[in-house]
Amino acid sequence: MKTETAKQGRETMTKKSTGKNLDLSKEFHQHYAPSLESREIVKIAERYELFIGGRWVKPQTKEYFPTLNPATGEVLSQLARAGAADVDLAVKTARQAYTKVWSKTSGRDRSRYLFRIARLIQERSRELAVLETIDNGKPIKETRDVDLPLVAAHFFYNAGWADKLEYAFPGKKVAPLGVAAQVIPWNFPLLMAAWKIAPALATGNTVVLKAAETTSLTALALAEICAQAGLPDGVVNIITGAGETGAALVNHPDVNKVAFTGSTEVGKIIARAIAPTKKRLTLELGGKSAHMIFADAAIDQAVEGIINGIYFNQGHVCCAGSRLLVEESVADEVVRKLKKRMESIRVGNPLDKNTDIGAINSQGELEKIKKLVAIGKQEEGEFFEPASGTLPSKGYFHKPCFFNRVASSSTLNRVEIFGPVLTITTFRTPEEAISKANDTPYGLAAGIWSEKGSKIHQVASALKAGVVWANTYNKFDPTSPFGGYNESGFGREGGRHGLFPYLEVK
Amino acid sequence: MSGLNGSQLAVPKTIKMYIDGAFVRSESGRSYPVYVKGTKQLYANLCRGSRKDVRAAVTAAQEAQPGWSGRSAYNRGQILYRMAEMTESKRSEFVELMTETMGTTKAAAASSVTRAIDALVYFAGFADKYHQVLGSENPVSSPHYNFTCSEPVGVVGLLGGDTVDFDVWVGQLAAIICSGNTVVALMPELESALLAPLSEVLATSDLPKGVVNLLSGELDELRAVVASHMEIQSLCYMGDDSKVWSELKVLGAENMKRVVAPGRETMGLESISGFLEFKTVWHPIGT
Repeated sequence: MKTETAKQGRETMTKKSTGKNLDLSKEFHQHYAPSLESREIVKIAERYELFIGGRWVKPQTKEYFPTLNPATGEVLSQLARAGAADVDLAVKTARQAYTKVWSKTSGRDRSRYLFRIARLIQERSRELAVLETIDNGKPIKETRDVDLPLVAAHFFYNAGWADKLEYAFPGKKVAPLGVAAQVIPWNFPLLMAAWKIAPALATGNTVVLKAAETTSLTALALAEICAQAGLPDGVVNIITGAGETGAALVNHPDVNKVAFTGSTEVGKIIARAIAPTKKRLTLELGGKSAHMIFADAAIDQAVEGIINGIYFNQGHVCCAGSRLLVEESVADEVVRKLKKRMESIRVGNPLDKNTDIGAINSQGELEKIKKLVAIGKQEEGEFFEPASGTLPSKGYFHKPCFFNRVASSSTLNRVEIFGPVLTITTFRTPEEAISKANDTPYGLAAGIWSEKGSKIHQVASALKAGVVWANTYNKFDPTSPFGGYNESGFGREGGRHGLFPYLEVK
Repeated sequence: MSGLNGSQLAVPKTIKMYIDGAFVRSESGRSYPVYVKGTKQLYANLCRGSRKDVRAAVTAAQEAQPGWSGRSAYNRGQILYRMAEMTESKRSEFVELMTETMGTTKAAAASSVTRAIDALVYFAGFADKYHQVLGSENPVSSPHYNFTCSEPVGVVGLLGGDTVDFDVWVGQLAAIICSGNTVVALMPELESALLAPLSEVLATSDLPKGVVNLLSGELDELRAVVASHMEIQSLCYMGDDSKVWSELKVLGAENMKRVVAPGRETMGLESISGFLEFKTVWHPIGT
């Protein structure tokens, strides 16, 4: 399968680069010729309406807002701002589609629609990857090899569940909840739409999804794909707008289920807002995940893991390995190798196939990252950023960087930065590593590097985190449940566990 | 001092709370009377727990949690079975308390105790099985070994409503601790005198101290203290007051507590699964 090859390809690349390629000289890096992906394949309309009931509907607010290419600052298109009346129409449409059509559609037929959607995504994979890169700023290497294969795989995986739900919960009868209100973030725009929509439809719910205001274009392309797949009108409705639109959606009295991915701050607001209702809730929120390197780790591979853990997707990853914990005896070696490796990271045009770190998604995010870096410089810690490479003159870019010797109590070790900024702290014993790793209100993910199996299992089971990557990091798969402990939210997405939030088990 | 109505001059028992494995009065020195049902005759003075008592109980539960979840599932099952045995041996005391303080008929009380014992045995036998039912090995596309296992959520606040059937209360308590959670429980008001024999069951079943902490008092006063405590990970409300439900969710949002309804059947997997977290672990496959 396409997906599998792409993923394995990536794996092989990682392995190769842990070897001799580490010795890339600065000169070699500077002379790397650009290799631009063509954007000719992508057609962006001047203006987009709301996708409600299988049609493009003008917003009753009559308001539109621009969406930008963060790598250049150019305006790509104008998006409709959905107001309360538009949200109401979308929810009513989803309710009607649920009652009249989707709840009467067999599991087998729901499955067929999802398979069709998966195939259409695969067919338009390159186009969607380029569109995502233009709209989001993440490198084409990632949209092409990670985001898009996973998007198709999520639909393909969930498609197969639709007519087998009785096996997911043996001995129990299950029923869909009704209308699901879904609000997604801007860091993996199309992938988050897939994580939300695919299990909701497989389990028999209808959907109103609000895309993130800075990255709605691929969700709107997905709307088109749903229509092309012949999905009955109103089963998936996609609306655009900012926080107010999202608030109107989750607070609409006729939604049965709220699924939100975003910040812990907003997650708490949603949890309180819908407390008096019977709406079911799943939240996938922030993180400050610990990435632990033990002295007995394969250090060169671990350094690649650190890079992938924090600089993947510009660090705009809720589960980013943003707190590096290194065993004291190898700390100097790890930091030295990390610095050297960082000199060969290429920051720049996201459409360049060589680019490792693309554009920060928006000016607001860039300013937030810069502010936190400034705070870090005022507090303790040794700041490092690679000397090589110059940032593009236009657009929003930030160099990868880290702060070494940072105390657990420092601002940068407490706050989720959501950018390419790492902190480094040392430990002496596994107990100390576990205690420092768990010293956070979050609990989304964690990484462990050690060549000792028994230690990995002991540490993994002591960590308060929903995903533990051992001798790897930032791996995702539709069969693999994902979600957090504590203030990183509740509920799981992916795998059999990802079906439960959308079902009532009788 | 329970049993003051006895015809002979018996030695009555002071009903204390059960915190960190010790029988304690409220630090506040407050108490409230429980009467023989339908009369003004004092049955016993119960402790009216305070904010500080709740905090002490949470600290005890938090400290007990790693050790309790670190026990083998087999061992936790054996301890729950021991609780069933000890409940059986205190059957007459449970029945007397239910008939005297709650006005339950003897037959109904006896059958309630029987169902509570059934529930304890049921969850004793579930402690080393639910993992296999709820966990999974995940066939990821990349060369990784990937599995999802369940873990206890941590410290659970078990909150009574005005009244909860004794067997339902004991069953939910057993389900929560069988996976390695520890509990701070506010006794339902009508059943609060049952704290006496129940705490003695806990104290004599090899259950480590702090795993279950039982408090009595005014629920309206204490519920918010439990719901807003930052070291509690989950709340289970056994009542059906929608206002309370909403209040718990609002207060619990501060540290994203999982606010969970009790299992719909006293004996069922749902009573366990609501109090678990799922952890997914990845490891590369290769040489």
